[in-house]
Amino acid sequence: MGSLEQTVSSTDHHGPAKGITRWLYTTNHKDIGTLYLLFSLNMFFIGGCMALTIRAELFQPGLQLIMPEFFNQMTTMHGLIMVFGAVMPAFVGLANWMIPMMVGAPDMALPRMNNWSFWILPFAFSMMLSTLLMEGGAPNFGWTFYAPLSTTYAPPSVTFFIFAVHMMGISSIMGAINVIATILNMRAPGMKLMDMPLFVWTWLITAFLLIAVMPVLAGVVTMMLMDIHFGTSFFDAAGGGDPVLFQHVFWFFGHPEVYIMILPAFGVVSEIIPTFARKRLFGYTSMVYATASIAVLSFIVWAHHMFTVGLPLVGELFFMYTTMLIAVPTGVKVFNWVATMFRGSMTFETPMLFSLAFVVLFTIGGFSGLMLAIAPADFQYHDTYFVVAHFHYVLVPGSVFSIMAAAYYWLPKWTGHMYNEAMGKLHFWLSFIGVNVTFFPMHFLGLAGMPRRIPDYALQFADFNMVATFGAFLFGFSQLIFVYNVISCIRSGKKATARVWEGSHGLEWTLPSPPPYHSFTESPTFTRPHRNDDRGG
Amino acid sequence: MLFSIRQQGGLEMRRNGRALLYAGLFYAPLVSADWQVNLIEGATEISRAVYNLHMVIFYICVVIAVIVFGVMFWSIFWHRKSRGAKAAHFHESTWVEIAWTIVPVIILVSMAVPASTTLIQMYDKNSAELDIQITGYQWKWRYQYLNQDIDFFSSLATPQEQIINEQIKGENYLLEVDKPLVIPTGKKIRFLLTSNDVIHSWWVPALAVKKDAIPGFVNESWTRVDQPGIYRGQCAELCGRDHGFMPIVVEVKSPEDYQLWVAEQASLKEKQQQSAEQNWSRAELMARGEAVYKASCAACHQVEGQGIAGVFPALAGSELMAADPAEHIDIVLFGRSGTAMQAFAEQLTPVDLAAVITYERSAWGNQGDAVTVQQIAELLKE
Repeated sequence: MGSLEQTVSSTDHHGPAKGITRWLYTTNHKDIGTLYLLFSLNMFFIGGCMALTIRAELFQPGLQLIMPEFFNQMTTMHGLIMVFGAVMPAFVGLANWMIPMMVGAPDMALPRMNNWSFWILPFAFSMMLSTLLMEGGAPNFGWTFYAPLSTTYAPPSVTFFIFAVHMMGISSIMGAINVIATILNMRAPGMKLMDMPLFVWTWLITAFLLIAVMPVLAGVVTMMLMDIHFGTSFFDAAGGGDPVLFQHVFWFFGHPEVYIMILPAFGVVSEIIPTFARKRLFGYTSMVYATASIAVLSFIVWAHHMFTVGLPLVGELFFMYTTMLIAVPTGVKVFNWVATMFRGSMTFETPMLFSLAFVVLFTIGGFSGLMLAIAPADFQYHDTYFVVAHFHYVLVPGSVFSIMAAAYYWLPKWTGHMYNEAMGKLHFWLSFIGVNVTFFPMHFLGLAGMPRRIPDYALQFADFNMVATFGAFLFGFSQLIFVYNVISCIRSGKKATARVWEGSHGLEWTLPSPPPYHSFTESPTFTRPHRNDDRGG
Repeated sequence: MLFSIRQQGGLEMRRNGRALLYAGLFYAPLVSADWQVNLIEGATEISRAVYNLHMVIFYICVVIAVIVFGVMFWSIFWHRKSRGAKAAHFHESTWVEIAWTIVPVIILVSMAVPASTTLIQMYDKNSAELDIQITGYQWKWRYQYLNQDIDFFSSLATPQEQIINEQIKGENYLLEVDKPLVIPTGKKIRFLLTSNDVIHSWWVPALAVKKDAIPGFVNESWTRVDQPGIYRGQCAELCGRDHGFMPIVVEVKSPEDYQLWVAEQASLKEKQQQSAEQNWSRAELMARGEAVYKASCAACHQVEGQGIAGVFPALAGSELMAADPAEHIDIVLFGRSGTAMQAFAEQLTPVDLAAVITYERSAWGNQGDAVTVQQIAELLKE
């Protein structure tokens, strides 16, 4: 379709269709990007309400609001919705919006498939959410759905869960194929791979991870389906199967999956920090290699989630060493961001604030990750709130903050209007305080011995749980400021320039704000940044 | 400093005071004491080694954090545009980049050495003096002392009323059991872990032992405790509805006290035998059955026998209760494969089995026949 559209002159204004069909039939990368982002925001609030239900129950010891079986449904659905419904679609939304504009293409390479990969999602998640109303309740076996709790002992709704996971997997794989096809085929003439913005690079690597591991997830849920309905015994020891096999297959998917949720975040932050430091990104080449090494390593560390299942000593040592190794490329990235800021000329607009918080808080999550890698110590941390603190530090002030940063950073480009800076900063500070008040005490709870996924706890855990609950409500409600800010930006924000930010750099900023419906109808000429380029311009 | 390390006075948790908070319809005691922020050192050589590893890696992280965040905040403060900072032009430096790749590798290797040593020590399961098989059940633990005639179940002792906030919560709320695991001091004890249903995980922080109990497989772990005392832990792997309600209590006794306890177990067994032979009236069975039902069955089938739709069948008004008792007995004794219904033949004594079956058949308006202890005992012999 690319060639057809390119014959239409840009003054012709080939605009979107009118009404609902614009969104149902759209093959436009910006429309689909918007759909993904709105869908993700919705899921973020639904998953967030579940998190607040959990925190409300944990406000005090004893059972007050919900019963254990519903509590388990909430923890399970919260995890699944945040991972598959909020974080992943948000990054796909950003990819849809930004990759064609960043590489100088008119649209994504496979626009019809793009439409399909989005429209599968609302159906998958409606089905998943509908399990809450079914007899026996929603899935209650944790987002990691370990067998046999998720097979022999699962509620009947597990079958719907399996089907929903299949649909999400198809959607992700198609999205990933589209990203790869676009990046490899549709770059502006002259743009080599090593000239691509880091957001494009990290997404390219993420897309390969997705294609590699989503089939593994599909495989493991299919094995579950067979065990439940067709009399096989993959995970049932009584029939010659092995429950630990489930964990190996699941985490072979699951560990790359956590990098799927963080690599695009690295890309976003690597775009934003240079802009507001008015200085080129330090160590571009090492950033690319570090991202690739993290991706490769992610395939050989999976059993660090399983240190307590009784691995042989050699296995335990192998997975401990490989896991510790991940700290090296991750460290390189953090050092590069800091070196980019060093001797820059910094300003602190909302996207920069979120990015700075990302660097600090993600690194704290990295530190606890390093501690968890030490297998003998992991025996004390495993399945406690220390782990909960760890992965929420990398996912909330990590992935979610980077998504917020990206939204504020590119919102003026998308809408042609500036958002309200004061409100953005208020949103940032409340989120920052809320996140830390919620998740920092969880480190203490875990070390003091509180297991995760329990609806009620011993009395010595009461104080920090109460603190965490306050933080969670603060964080949750501050996100409404974001929604208000986005709406008022679209409706009545000040007009934005094409460049938007003083230090911005890259092809997307050469387009007007908002950009034309078909981004680059003619290939732009790409000029390599001069070696001593000064972003301040 | 981020963490302040606090010595714990003894392993029992400490409470300085208690206040009641009335909030709307519910209340729960507020404990104004434990802001414990760090791991405990524990009671074994291994647990102290683990604690030291934990502290070393923690301090390494703190030092790195101070350096990295120090440079970052230095830049944020001094290299801001509002102070008139002009951006420099450098954007790579091969030497710096090589240095900050190699230095972390060296730090990691220096960390990997003590970690590997401790791990190898933990994996040395030879020459144990006592073997105990630990089996996870939904939601209790079974302890079998191998080569000895000791075999019992250990389940939560906290009353339901405390959990639903009708009573003030006790000091060891949710961390107390009816029968603790008893082991002697100074002896190497090997745990053989397995499960009867789903995956559980047996964790006692003071021993630094956490090992998954997996159905169909046997995992090994071991401990040697120096000091007598009571050490508490919990199941660490999500195992269903009452995952949060299956604590572990280990009572470590001196070798002499331990021998006394072993002797006591034998006489208890004898008493049980005798009670099985006496004649039980229906009223006696009903009273005992109600207690057994609450402890062993109510978690799934609910106190009023209504079950949970779609997951755990209702017993109240069930046809099974009115029909011939044979099938009912069979399900209770041997479980129902492919479902969450466990086999209780080994978990309960013949008296308890007869009592609970009788109770289920007559409670909540059910009109079934009673069953006798002898009926059950004969079935169990087969």
